[in-house]
Amino acid sequence: MAKRERPVDVVLVGFGWTAAIIAQELTDAGVQVLALERGEFRDTVPDFATDTIQDELRYAVRKQIFESPERETLTFRNSADQTALPMRHLGSFLPAAGVGGAGVHWNGQCWRFLPQDFEIRTHTEQRYGRKFIPESMNLQDWGVTYDELEPHYDRFEYLCGVSGTAGNIGGVKQAGGNPFEGARKRGYPLPPLKRCASTVLFDKAAREAGFDPFPCPAANASKPYRNPLGVQMGQCTYCGYCEWFGCGNYSKASPQTTILPVLLKKANFSYRTRCNVTRVNTDNTGKRATGVTYVDVDGNEIEQPAGMVVLCAFAQHNVHLLLLSKIGTPYDPTTGRGVVGRNYAYQITSSVDVFQKEILNPFMGAGALGQGVDNFNGDNFDHGPLGFIGGGYIALWNTGGRPILQHYLPKDAPTWGSGWKKVMHDNYLTATSIATHGSVMSYRSNYLDLDPTWRDDYGNPLLRLTFDFQPNEHAMSDYLTDQATKIAQAIPDATHHVKKRDGHYSIVPYQTTHNTGGAAMGADPTTSVVNRYLQSWDVPNLFVMGASVFPQNAGYNPTGTVGALTFWAAEAMKRYLKNPGPLVSA
Amino acid sequence: MSMRDSERGKGHGHRGGPTRTSRRTFLKSVVAATPALGLLGCGPRHGSAQARTPVYFTPDEATFIDAATQRLIPADDLGGGANEAGITTFIDLQLAGAYGRAERWYMQGPWPHGIDQQGFQLKYTPAQIYRDAIGRVEAHCRQQHGKPFAQLDPAHQDDLLHALEKGEVDLGDIPAKTFFAMLWQNTQEGYLADPAYSGNRDFAGWKLIGFPGPRYNYVEDIGKFGRPYEAPFVSLVGRDPSAYLRGES
Ligand SMILES: Cc1cc2nc3c(=O)[nH]c(=O)nc-3n(C[C@H](O)[C@H](O)[C@H](O)COP(=O)(O)OP(=O)(O)OC[C@H]3O[C@@H](n4cnc5c(N)ncnc54)[C@H](O)[C@@H]3O)c2cc1C
Ligand code: SF4
Repeated sequence: MAKRERPVDVVLVGFGWTAAIIAQELTDAGVQVLALERGEFRDTVPDFATDTIQDELRYAVRKQIFESPERETLTFRNSADQTALPMRHLGSFLPAAGVGGAGVHWNGQCWRFLPQDFEIRTHTEQRYGRKFIPESMNLQDWGVTYDELEPHYDRFEYLCGVSGTAGNIGGVKQAGGNPFEGARKRGYPLPPLKRCASTVLFDKAAREAGFDPFPCPAANASKPYRNPLGVQMGQCTYCGYCEWFGCGNYSKASPQTTILPVLLKKANFSYRTRCNVTRVNTDNTGKRATGVTYVDVDGNEIEQPAGMVVLCAFAQHNVHLLLLSKIGTPYDPTTGRGVVGRNYAYQITSSVDVFQKEILNPFMGAGALGQGVDNFNGDNFDHGPLGFIGGGYIALWNTGGRPILQHYLPKDAPTWGSGWKKVMHDNYLTATSIATHGSVMSYRSNYLDLDPTWRDDYGNPLLRLTFDFQPNEHAMSDYLTDQATKIAQAIPDATHHVKKRDGHYSIVPYQTTHNTGGAAMGADPTTSVVNRYLQSWDVPNLFVMGASVFPQNAGYNPTGTVGALTFWAAEAMKRYLKNPGPLVSA
Repeated sequence: MSMRDSERGKGHGHRGGPTRTSRRTFLKSVVAATPALGLLGCGPRHGSAQARTPVYFTPDEATFIDAATQRLIPADDLGGGANEAGITTFIDLQLAGAYGRAERWYMQGPWPHGIDQQGFQLKYTPAQIYRDAIGRVEAHCRQQHGKPFAQLDPAHQDDLLHALEKGEVDLGDIPAKTFFAMLWQNTQEGYLADPAYSGNRDFAGWKLIGFPGPRYNYVEDIGKFGRPYEAPFVSLVGRDPSAYLRGES
């Protein structure tokens, strides 16, 4: 018999980015909140101190800062006619484990999606007609609009101290910013980060190619900053150990550097680490969550009763919990019916490596130090003659020059031996790379369900991922890569190595930790798991946070939008707590 | 209060999550990654790599790794090779530690063959892969040339490494490509990781490419476009990692 803990008002599964926001908001509203986190507690001091964290082998190569697949992983295949096999070590994406979640080791590339992204189906049909949308694509509106989310984007950006140049304030275009962005109420809280040699090269080349470059928005503080909660951040030192590492300098926005100093002092907040939640429990009607069950580090199964449950466990983990808990109808790819696990999407990336003469000192960088162009994102360009849906940004990010994983070699360079030494010697300080970062739509054939064969340490079936890039995504990505090549060609005295994203999706090389979908939000319960307030259609006292609710993925990194949606949902939860029940009638 | 709650379950590392570190535990963790040093009975920080007895490798295996990595990263007019950089010691210590045991990998069967996109699907740990593969490569050398790999001339050694890289040698259960990729990956790590891990000796790898080591503040320097950065090389354990590894600092 599972041990039973004292009931709480609200239990959060996970204690990463979204959980920290929800905890801060709901404790302000006066309820008692408990976060259950499977990993360890960690904080700037001592865990991310610069003389500890700047260790590429330990954290980035051996991946000690991330989730360990040893206990719990997923299985993967490209299509339903294959047998999915376990992801035995991390590769394509790097989920977090530990307080702060992936907020600890993200880059801080902090974007807003475009207004059309949220109404992509309506927008596409209006501009290009219904027939433009492939039969196999589940193109869906989000059920929420950019204008509704704008104040919440603003809150997240001011929480984080985002550095950037606004491109559109109240509908008025601003010089130097992203001319394509949706209207914002006010500018960024901080000016953009400093430029480095490579972002200056990119800026010049992009202008020459006829595009509109701007400093990418960065949740790395360009100046000392005090956020609205009164938490102080320090100026980024461009240490270059940022993505895949924790910041030792209180400069990268994370739960630790923006919320926890306030939250952890509250009497109505508590958290427990090393608690792996395995189920959301429901009553005998199946329509009400009664709390969660977790397994502690000693293997004890413990029941935690709660009045409300919020899943904050990161994209695929939220979906895994819904499936294990039998909440919502699982998606069936043969009939196309059911919703849990449907709409899984990702990001499609490519790059053009550039080899030129000027010393760039790539090791002086920051996770979100970049210059980008948005001319080919969303529907910022005419898709009519191109025939695909979606787009992405093109950017030169100078995130660091960590020697093992961050060096670029010319095409056909010797792969080892004296020839390899020579190309390493000749190129490390002067090579750079232009990245493309494209949207991925949702398809009938890409989904999450439970694996029939492999199990985790708790005896539960692993999540099974069935995913491949579709012709629409390849066409879009190739087009983006061609535009990136034009920029590379405008860099003087340079050669290039164009790295298209060819062939099938592979779980092996790192691409992004931008896994999305599986618990889509929307206006229609037959195509979504949660309503526009991220409340479960089936179990009204259950909410799902994070990128799992994206109906498809846009051409930007997700967390700006994840943060905005979390603030938006927190407002709705406060209404729910006063007056429980469905916030939207099905 | 939150802290009390968070203390529950204390005393057991959660294998699923990174553990807490500090400078002191970092130093300990380097030692943990180098268990040999304690086993050799010369104190946890005594690790002079020169001709140090391997921890995981047998002497013959170490001889093979010395020879193979010295072809992968040879000594030439750009500087010393893998042997001068301590790469055999680095790989030996990695295989003796958590990585060698695949501690963080999902290693539950069944073990069907997969397609390339599904990645690693062998039931062997890195340490086992090295042991098995080296034995088979040596058997191949004896059969083809009548002597072990280390005694072949460099051209023949290179031919064999190319053959492994292309998957043209039969290593039984272990695809030659997998072994080669692992060996080359670990060799690069030994050349380019922080010298605190016993490779990259005298900053050999970092000097070759011009990476100054983990420095922390580039606020001023980042604006000096096109200029080389000229501060001395530094490791997580200071300017003289060899002295640190010998226990002298
Ligand atoms: C290397 C890397 C770089 C990134 N860079 C960027 C970027 O530049 N820009 C951007 O927009 N996004 C980036 N991201 C993504 C970003 O970090 C995530 O979008 C964000 O952290 C999501 O917040 P979350 O709360 O949904 O998940 P997380 O912050 O990851 O928190 C989830 C938490 O839940 C815990 N958990 C999971 N399952 C359970 C369970 N069963 N029981 C208990 N606890 C559980 C986990 O341990 C984790 O701590 C990056 C991610 C990674 C890994
Ligand atoms: S680059 Fe800046 S924000 Fe990133 S870890 Fe270093 S100091 Fe922190």
